[in-house]
Amino acid sequence: MIELTDVHKSFGPKKVLSGVNLTIPRGESMVVIGGSGTGKSVLLKCVLGLMTQDSGTITLDGEDTQKAERDAFLARFGMLFQGGALFDSLPVWQNVAFRLLRGSLARPWPEAREIAVEKLRRVGLTPDVADLYPAELSGGMQKRVGLARAIAAEPEIIFFDEPTTGLDPIMSGVINDLIREIVVEMGATAMTITHDMSSVRVIADKVAMLHGGKVQWTGPVGDMDASGDPYLTQFISGSAEGPIEAVR
Amino acid sequence: MKPLTYPLAALGRATLGFLAMVGRVAIFAGQSLSHIIRPPFYPREFLNALLNIGYFSLPVVGLTAIFTGAALALQIYSGGQRFSAEAVVPQIVAIGMVRELGPVLVGLMIAARVTSSIAAEIATMKVTEQIDALVTLSTHPMKYLTAPRVLAAILVVPALVGIGDIIGIMGGYIVGTKQLGFAPGAYINNTWNFLETADIVSSLVKGAVFGFIAAVMGCYHGMNSGRGAQGVGRATKTSVEAAAILILAANFLLTSFFFAT
Repeated sequence: MIELTDVHKSFGPKKVLSGVNLTIPRGESMVVIGGSGTGKSVLLKCVLGLMTQDSGTITLDGEDTQKAERDAFLARFGMLFQGGALFDSLPVWQNVAFRLLRGSLARPWPEAREIAVEKLRRVGLTPDVADLYPAELSGGMQKRVGLARAIAAEPEIIFFDEPTTGLDPIMSGVINDLIREIVVEMGATAMTITHDMSSVRVIADKVAMLHGGKVQWTGPVGDMDASGDPYLTQFISGSAEGPIEAVR
Repeated sequence: MKPLTYPLAALGRATLGFLAMVGRVAIFAGQSLSHIIRPPFYPREFLNALLNIGYFSLPVVGLTAIFTGAALALQIYSGGQRFSAEAVVPQIVAIGMVRELGPVLVGLMIAARVTSSIAAEIATMKVTEQIDALVTLSTHPMKYLTAPRVLAAILVVPALVGIGDIIGIMGGYIVGTKQLGFAPGAYINNTWNFLETADIVSSLVKGAVFGFIAAVMGCYHGMNSGRGAQGVGRATKTSVEAAAILILAANFLLTSFFFAT
């Protein structure tokens, strides 16, 4: 279980997170929504330790993430980055098997390659993609490779940062379905950041909406439409009229 | 604050900013060295860096050295004629190339070619979240990106300097024997007999120090780049400027250390 308690984070005078409280139970898929610049990615990076919160605590199964042993802590995570963040200098299969070629999870190269090809197949890519370089792939294929890399070491927890940004609606649907299938199949705890409502409806068990540096609303995805929260209602409808200012 | 004190305040801020940056670079350089000797090691990245910094720099180093050696021979001959000392061409070309021009020119070429490439590559990795991805994949960016490049540069730049010295002397030899009328055997004898062990050692030590500076500057500015294309461009430009200036400053200090009596 991931638990955030009163998490604050500022960049100079700009307060991005001002007292976030959020609990993600084990095996549940939490989707964090909110407008651009509301601190969704900062929140995720604080959980992973890529940024340090100014105050408040973040715990994983009761252990403070800042005090945890880094390698063991990170070995439990997989992450799909917004732009894929694939390593340009490595072929696709080495990107997918990156963790399996180095460090405590290292395996022989043929075995790692076999696992990489299998993970690529799992995300709908054929083995001939394995030897291409990331620059040779389309945006949708890069997302799939990023997804394959995120699940390659079978992590307990997977983070997805804007998984459908920059994709056409059909490819977005394919990626959403893949994420849902994989999360259910692996029984993983998932945290997704998005402002794509179609992703929310497919991926989420629970939804949390960030606004003004705090969790504005949280609850099961099924309760979202009838929440009665004016901020959430405006966000779902995409209306310019409402408590969320259109010009930020 | 009174307007009269503005320039002083600006000077103070600039001084503090400069000292803070020197401190950050020094800490980064120390961390780079400490990661070189602490596991895990990434031999594949190290071999790639050896190839990129060493092997692929050979053409530019060779061409720079041969033209410099050739021009140096012409200059010494022409200048030497003024006081009937044109016979010292082989000796001065050798000492000039090995003690100064070889290491400095190779260092500057490495700064132009390697420092810029390292800074641009790492800065792009930062901008595209590849550095964050490394961290989430339980890989320390300093160990994976910085340590192999710094170690490779420390080891391979002295070799490049040695090769540059030899090719530079060859450039002088070609001009000396084909254009200025020196006897080939005498030219080589004069070169070989004049050089001392200290000349060669200083050349190689300078190469190692310049390689360290070039790689550390590339990695530091890449890792600390700003956002977007402008951030990458600025990191690349600053890294080359800083590496070139530090190489020239280090050259003065090393020359003082080896040869000032």
